[in-house]
Amino acid sequence: MIYFDNVSKIYRDGTPALEDITIAIQPKEFVSIVGHSGAGKTTLLKMLLAQERPTAGSVFFQDIDVHALAASAVHFYRRKMGMVFQDFRLIPNKTAYENIAFAMEAAGRPDDEIESDVPYILNLVDLGSKANHFPNQLSGGEQQRVAIGRAIINQPDVIIADEPTGNLDPINTYEVIEILKKINELGTTVLITTHNKGVVDAMGKRVITMDRGRVIRDDQQGHYIL
Amino acid sequence: MFTGMRRVLVGGTKNFFRGGAVSVATVIIMTVTLIIIGILIFLSALLSFTLAQIQDKVDVSVYFTPAAAEGDVLNLKDQLSQLPSVESVTYTSSDQALQEFKTRHANDQLTLNALNELGNNPLGASLAIKAYDPSQYQSIVNYISNDQSLQSAGVSIIDHIDYYENQDVINRLTAAIHDTERAGLIIVAVFAVASIIIAIATVRLAIYSSREEIEVMRLVGASNAYIRGPFIVAGIIGGVISSAITLVIFTPILWYLGANYTSWLAGFDTFAYYTGHFIEIIGALVGSGIILGGVASFLAVRRYLKA
Repeated sequence: MIYFDNVSKIYRDGTPALEDITIAIQPKEFVSIVGHSGAGKTTLLKMLLAQERPTAGSVFFQDIDVHALAASAVHFYRRKMGMVFQDFRLIPNKTAYENIAFAMEAAGRPDDEIESDVPYILNLVDLGSKANHFPNQLSGGEQQRVAIGRAIINQPDVIIADEPTGNLDPINTYEVIEILKKINELGTTVLITTHNKGVVDAMGKRVITMDRGRVIRDDQQGHYIL
Repeated sequence: MFTGMRRVLVGGTKNFFRGGAVSVATVIIMTVTLIIIGILIFLSALLSFTLAQIQDKVDVSVYFTPAAAEGDVLNLKDQLSQLPSVESVTYTSSDQALQEFKTRHANDQLTLNALNELGNNPLGASLAIKAYDPSQYQSIVNYISNDQSLQSAGVSIIDHIDYYENQDVINRLTAAIHDTERAGLIIVAVFAVASIIIAIATVRLAIYSSREEIEVMRLVGASNAYIRGPFIVAGIIGGVISSAITLVIFTPILWYLGANYTSWLAGFDTFAYYTGHFIEIIGALVGSGIILGGVASFLAVRRYLKA
């Protein structure tokens, strides 16, 4: 489903960020990418999101060569994936409801679908009562749950979460991971990067370990080993 | 399509009203810009009004010798009236001239006595000629000077033409008005350009604070047009509000100036001009506001939409 084919990225100043990465991810997998800061985890995700171009190699999503996409087609491509970030990245002047609705509006979905789906998703992430709160009126965990709601609202093929628990306390971390696991069980591929050993070890799923731009381990039932 | 448009309109409106201080700052800067543009409109109207006023006062008089036959003078009047460059020709007979002379010198007994001593009327008839444009006087004067029919027994019936006395003054005045007009407009135009640049920079700053938001919108799969739309709508709303504020500020000021300073402004009634050109002025201000807000937002968002 996702295939990194000999991907290398060297920044303009000559710093290598990724070297010869080849990874294949199957549908419905739950994959954790672990490694120290600067190991290349985020760069790898940015490649998949068509935010950065590889210096060599290609990235495929389903049968799409991600970096051969025309600039005008990139936004259609991005609707196939849901994104969650460490810093939540909600739109500050939109309420929780509007933040989730925005992803549907942007995808051109009709009003009646938005009106039925958004409350459903808000309840799913346990924020039914805070629909009209703005991000600065929500706690970190609540904001991250809004972000997850936004990521799943368009029923994407894959959820990509970059350090989704990086700014959360253990209880919120647990809740967010539970939601991601649930989404995965419902059939969505989940790809996360994380520093959190507890999260990775408790999951018992595939773990890809990166170090200085290279994949050093790839275990089907892995642990956080560095 | 309609849904998308409605969402852009609603989104833009919400963005504007939730923008708080940023929206207020943008509106203030745009209002200042529009006030300067409004001053530009009124200054140019005032200058062209003054120019027309002064040009209106300029005329050329042809004085005839007392010996000139009235028929010849009236004949010339008819010929001149038919020239395309001539707006009007006013005939003053020698009797009228005498009458006016007496009225003018009613308190000057010495002059009146001298006039009585002469016995007959020493004053000739005259024609006051008014052209549509001051630059045409030269050709009118040439036309009269070359007219062979204005001879009576080999002597010209024209005593003198005062154009030659006024020529220098007329030319200098016309040049001075043109220079003032140009200088005034250039100064205000420079201010207008400067404030437009400041307004664009302000909108840019406002949108700079939304750059992460734009990035997020791109990541959740919004098309560039869908991201840009609400910003442009918010910019246009800002422009419309600014132009409304500008009109609210202008109206009482123009009324006050019109009521108290019309004579000081050489008879230019600002309020009458305002009410007389209301639609054009509103159109110019609201149009500038919309273009300013919309274009500034478009340019500012474009930076963050480049891949």
